[in-house]
Amino acid sequence: MRTVILSVIAVCLLPGAPAQAEALRIDGSTTVGPIADAFAEYFKSIDPKLEITVKKTGSGDGAAALIDGRCDIATMSRFMKDDEFAKAVGNKVMPVAWTVAMDGVCVVVHPSNPVSKLTSAQVRDIYSGKITNWSQVGGPSMPIVVISRDTSSGTYETFETLIMKKQPMAAGVEYVNANPQAQTRVKTTQGAIAYVGLGFLEGVKVLSIDGIKPSRQTVANGTYPLSRPLFLFTNGFPKLGSPLYRFVTFYLSEKGQELVEAKGFVPLTNY
Amino acid sequence: MNNANGAATLAPVADTRRPLALTPTENLKGYLGTHLGRGLLFFITFSSVLAVLLILVFVVARSVAFFSTSSVIEFIVARDWRPTADEPVFGALAIIAGSLYVSLAALVFAVPLGITAAVFLSDIVSWRIRNIVKPLVEILAAIPSVAYGFFAVLVLAPWMQQHLGFSTGTNALNAALILAVMALPTIVSVAEDSISALGRELREASYSCGATRFETMTKVVIPAAHSGIIAAVVLGMMRAIGETMVVWMASGNATQIPHPWWDLSQSIRTMTATIAGEMGEAPEASLHRSALFAVGVLLLVMTLGLNVVSEYFLSRAKKALGKA
Repeated sequence: MRTVILSVIAVCLLPGAPAQAEALRIDGSTTVGPIADAFAEYFKSIDPKLEITVKKTGSGDGAAALIDGRCDIATMSRFMKDDEFAKAVGNKVMPVAWTVAMDGVCVVVHPSNPVSKLTSAQVRDIYSGKITNWSQVGGPSMPIVVISRDTSSGTYETFETLIMKKQPMAAGVEYVNANPQAQTRVKTTQGAIAYVGLGFLEGVKVLSIDGIKPSRQTVANGTYPLSRPLFLFTNGFPKLGSPLYRFVTFYLSEKGQELVEAKGFVPLTNY
Repeated sequence: MNNANGAATLAPVADTRRPLALTPTENLKGYLGTHLGRGLLFFITFSSVLAVLLILVFVVARSVAFFSTSSVIEFIVARDWRPTADEPVFGALAIIAGSLYVSLAALVFAVPLGITAAVFLSDIVSWRIRNIVKPLVEILAAIPSVAYGFFAVLVLAPWMQQHLGFSTGTNALNAALILAVMALPTIVSVAEDSISALGRELREASYSCGATRFETMTKVVIPAAHSGIIAAVVLGMMRAIGETMVVWMASGNATQIPHPWWDLSQSIRTMTATIAGEMGEAPEASLHRSALFAVGVLLLVMTLGLNVVSEYFLSRAKKALGKA
């Protein structure tokens, strides 16, 4: 009787096992999502049998999915937080970080705005409501319309850690839920200031921060104050040669770097 | 001539040949059929009721962690909403006010427009045109809210900045205008139904007393249909207060109460937008997530309250019709 049950279980599991090895579930950051998408598309073009799903729910959700075993790769635009790490280890998940690219968060204003540089302290004062008019930072007398990404975006988190330094944002700050929307709002609003990724600079004016203009070099080597690494997290070190391993090391290849660049990010190897 | 007739006359003859008493199997079949069918239908009907109850239980249960650590009064009275600060503050007053601002302002635009349109459709325009226009108005309800949101951000916001001189185009007024358009089909449709259901006699009686068409409308028809019209307004308000995507895109999402209070050109944030915007990053089992569920409970209580009000007035409208 027992052998019958065991063989039934074995038969049920057999077709499942290889299928699982050929599927990659990716979940997490909306910022890293486009890179994962581009990689996934390329992988599928080489190996049509490989099934890759890319979800973009936010870095925090990605981490939670990896911890719960709901995904194989968590894409994150920030490093894992201490409590996420602790929870993962408690769940017998060992997060391993793979830095796939660098991203610069650019502070942008309307093209007609004469202000071309700010210090990070000034940006902080604008977002915390201490500076409310462009005349206070050498511009025309015009109220500042402060636009931020929503608090669940990785871009917000990066900006908050690198610029706000734990200072709360003013109550009058507006929140938008995507990079293109922030770009559109700045493009159409004279007094606006916002922060967006490197890929969203068309039609807006980029400010230099602390005297450094965001560029491929300054972002890749981290001298621009608002640059950040983008991560893929896996559970433990993947088996060498597995699709998972090839996916998370793909950024090292020439094609991988090309794709990273095409999505508006800076390849790590670009010093 | 008549195959059909022949069959019809034959049938009762066939019936009389059947024994009157049912066999036990037939009896059982009938019994099971009736009761299983009834049970199945009851289950299907009850499952939607069950869904509502489960949602209520789930949302309340997830908010318990928040309400057990902080006071309800403080939650409703405090204005600061800083969920991700080192010492998080959860004051919902600003977002409650935001929800009320946009939905009430939306009603200010939508109610006069909606009732006028309803009167026009029911009493003034010809039946043929009404049958073309009313479905067209109802199509407004079929447009996805994200499409309205794009319109708000890409068209209405820059227009407000250029022509009204607002420093920011995504503000309470923008969201209210869009919500007004979205609430219109509900208001027009329900109000038109209740006005046209009043019948000819009422209007003719009014005319025979020498009232003009305008007087008949404003002093007889609309007052007589007031229950249905109030229900229409409340339903429209429910649509506005529960809407998420449009307010998330059009209102600017600044956690503040406009100062001075009538200044709709300032950005505000609603309860729905707060939940939708922050749920993604609020860690499981954190106070922040629980606080978002608490906002959800508040929202549920508000919409349930409005629902009860609209049911009350709809049933009154029906009763009034029954009497007439």
